[in-house]
Amino acid sequence: MTTPLVRIRDLQVDYTRRRRHVPAVRGVDLDIAPGEIVAVVGESGSGKTTIANTIIGLLPENARTRGGSVEVAGPDGPVEVVGAKEPDLRALRGSVVGLVPQDPMVGLNPTQRIGAQVGEAVRLRGVKGDAVADAVQTYLKQAGIDDPELRARQYPHELSGGLRQRVLIAIALAGEPRLIIADEPTSALDVTVQATILDHLESLVRKSGTSLLIITHDLAVAADRADQVVVLSEGKVVERGAPDEILVAPEDPYTRRLIAAAPGLAHGGRIEPRHELADTDVATSDPVIRLEGVSKSYPLPGGAGTFAALDDVSLQVAKGRTHALVGESGSGKTTTLRIALGLEQPDSGRVVLKGTDITGKGWRQTRPLRRTVQIVHQNPYASLDPRFTIGQTIAEPLVSFKVGDRRSRAARVAELLDQVSLPASYAERLPAELSGGQRQRVAIARALTLEPEVVLLDEPVSALDVSVQEQILDLLAELQERLGLSYLFISHDLAVVAQVAHTVSVMSRGRVVESGAVSSVFGAPQSEHTRALIDAIPGRISARRREVVHA
Amino acid sequence: MKRYVLSRLAQAVGVLFAAFTVTFAVLYLLPSDPVALQLGAAGIETDKLTDTQLEAAKAQYGLDRPVAEQYLSTLGGFVSGDLGTSIAKQQPVAGLIGDRLGPTISLSLAAGALSLLVGTGLAYLASYVRWRPARLVLSRLPSLGASFPQFFIGLVAIQLFAFQLGWLPATGSRGPESLLLPAVTISVLTSSLLAQVLMRSFDETLSQPYVVTARAKGLSRAAVQWRHGFRNAILPAMTILGLLVGLTVTSAIVVETVFARNGVGKLAQESVLSQDVPVVLAIVTLAAAIFVLVNLVVDLLYPLLDPRIVQLPRKVAVR
Repeated sequence: MTTPLVRIRDLQVDYTRRRRHVPAVRGVDLDIAPGEIVAVVGESGSGKTTIANTIIGLLPENARTRGGSVEVAGPDGPVEVVGAKEPDLRALRGSVVGLVPQDPMVGLNPTQRIGAQVGEAVRLRGVKGDAVADAVQTYLKQAGIDDPELRARQYPHELSGGLRQRVLIAIALAGEPRLIIADEPTSALDVTVQATILDHLESLVRKSGTSLLIITHDLAVAADRADQVVVLSEGKVVERGAPDEILVAPEDPYTRRLIAAAPGLAHGGRIEPRHELADTDVATSDPVIRLEGVSKSYPLPGGAGTFAALDDVSLQVAKGRTHALVGESGSGKTTTLRIALGLEQPDSGRVVLKGTDITGKGWRQTRPLRRTVQIVHQNPYASLDPRFTIGQTIAEPLVSFKVGDRRSRAARVAELLDQVSLPASYAERLPAELSGGQRQRVAIARALTLEPEVVLLDEPVSALDVSVQEQILDLLAELQERLGLSYLFISHDLAVVAQVAHTVSVMSRGRVVESGAVSSVFGAPQSEHTRALIDAIPGRISARRREVVHA
Repeated sequence: MKRYVLSRLAQAVGVLFAAFTVTFAVLYLLPSDPVALQLGAAGIETDKLTDTQLEAAKAQYGLDRPVAEQYLSTLGGFVSGDLGTSIAKQQPVAGLIGDRLGPTISLSLAAGALSLLVGTGLAYLASYVRWRPARLVLSRLPSLGASFPQFFIGLVAIQLFAFQLGWLPATGSRGPESLLLPAVTISVLTSSLLAQVLMRSFDETLSQPYVVTARAKGLSRAAVQWRHGFRNAILPAMTILGLLVGLTVTSAIVVETVFARNGVGKLAQESVLSQDVPVVLAIVTLAAAIFVLVNLVVDLLYPLLDPRIVQLPRKVAVR
């Protein structure tokens, strides 16, 4: 075997938090061969990003490498990164190890043109003059950007998330590194964009012989592309091997849990809806909430006409069922939700809540009815007031609607905490003391405080780790059964939708392109758009690959 | 872009008009008798006048007209450049201010330039230095500078540099060397405020993910801070620039008094003491005009520094 590009032995890294040392990486060994694609999989806090940051010498200030060795093959032989001085590390960055960071929306300097930002990386290789601009075009094109000349002159805010991620890939390519680290490179993007970008990155490195280190929490994403998968848990490697071996015969219970939690992997890449519903049962006579021919448009900046956010959208949520709304960002999911909640008025069409038309009615008039509709937001880190205790947060709707006194409110809080499987003692805690999954439980409890009939769920699990997602989805299903709730569930992830929804509407550019029972829409998709969404589910590639192997 | 400039211009005019009106209202609609107040400024004791003499005196200064009429004629005068006549000095206000404007403008410019230089430099250095003790000292300096009152700094400076060391003149407004002490006195406060805002802004900017991107390219820390940190860090600090200039103007009153400089600040102090309402009105309006002008310049500079700004005002509600 050739000498590895990166050779990690017994790496140990601590973080100092409030004067305490918290171990993040505890004795990890890892080799990356030239041209190899390695995926490190684990939940947040498993230490996977710390490993990546160690390789590129960009650990945060409160991190301390306690032991071990990380050798990176520099131009003049291996360089020991642990304990290295800044100039030595800088010589590796960009030219030997490139980085594609996690969130494309904030990964680019907002006040510098795209061309300048890519050009900077080109210049660091010693390229000068006109050659820089040419090289910038080449890398942008390589990263899959169609109109590199135009894009180079634009600022980051003028580009979509997918394009920005491609720019970040171009920046990494511009250093002509031997290894590219992709740290959760697409988790902030739409599924369909995610798939194309990862495919593109993979084909790029395969063609040029560059090594790729994918850092991800999604085993399915890893399995689809990597030569070697390393599963990390609490700073230790619990399993490693070729993706097919790991998926077929996982040895560690943690890996098994990850596989079970990845909806795309669990059923061999096929979507298996949890709820079967005959097409004849889709429509009900008394839906809890109904949107009829709703349209909404917004003026474009600079008076350049209007943008149709919603165009003749109709849907209904049946009592005790879950209706899912799927589509990419910008397809109108959130606008639909805001109109259903009465936060915005439609230009035309009606919103009927429990048989009452609430369109055009004032906030005050519909307030009593509004108790029956509650919402759970996407990001549990942003939706809870950091200065409110959990108890205050959950009790706030009661205070706002003047229900009960202090004692009855406290009792209700305890009851709700129990319903979402949190200890009653959590009422005294602050959000900062809770994990993401626990916070989302609190957000769900808050939505349930006023005993609503409909809960609007806006991507309730997309900010969470895969294994936590599973738990929250189970909780939602259990609450639905116990309390007879109806859900309007917004998601871009079809695998998640299949797990929870009875019926579904697929949206694209403000229109509903397909709708019906989940089993029939996903089983026999009629529109191009639905098919693209289904193809983008991670895990399908490896599942298909395995079928070929086993056939 | 054109729309942006026009809207900012309209806003500036509106603010200026409001400032004039509020000042006028405060000065003329005070619970005291504005007539007695102003005639007192002219050295006329209203108690000792007969009714006819009082009427004549009122008529002489235009104080017999209704307040609304006085307001309109004063406003008209201001628009056409006539700032009225000082009651105490019996001279045109425009001339009075004009004579004193030179020293104040040079003081404000010197203090402003010094504050920008020192404030920015301090913040830049504090966020660049890695050595903890130095970093700590640098980051604490602004709070220290902001906590001394200006008259105190001025007096200490005079004591030290003029009387003890004899390097610089203690008072007067002649020559550039007389400018140094008062300018430093003003800029201790203003540069401290600027540095405080900038330091936070640098901290925030340098912890942004795009800084990681820049470092991962292989740029040195110095290059990252200069090319990616600086421009983004000064954006939030721009908003307090107008405030700082306003502070320089008000500081001029105190500092010109301490250093016996013959500027507008001193004129303002004298006019307030002698209750010379037309002069006070003109000076306050002038200060407001400078404040508005600086904010206008800042607003017009914004889109040049931050490409996102022109698109912001009318945002489409699409996530």
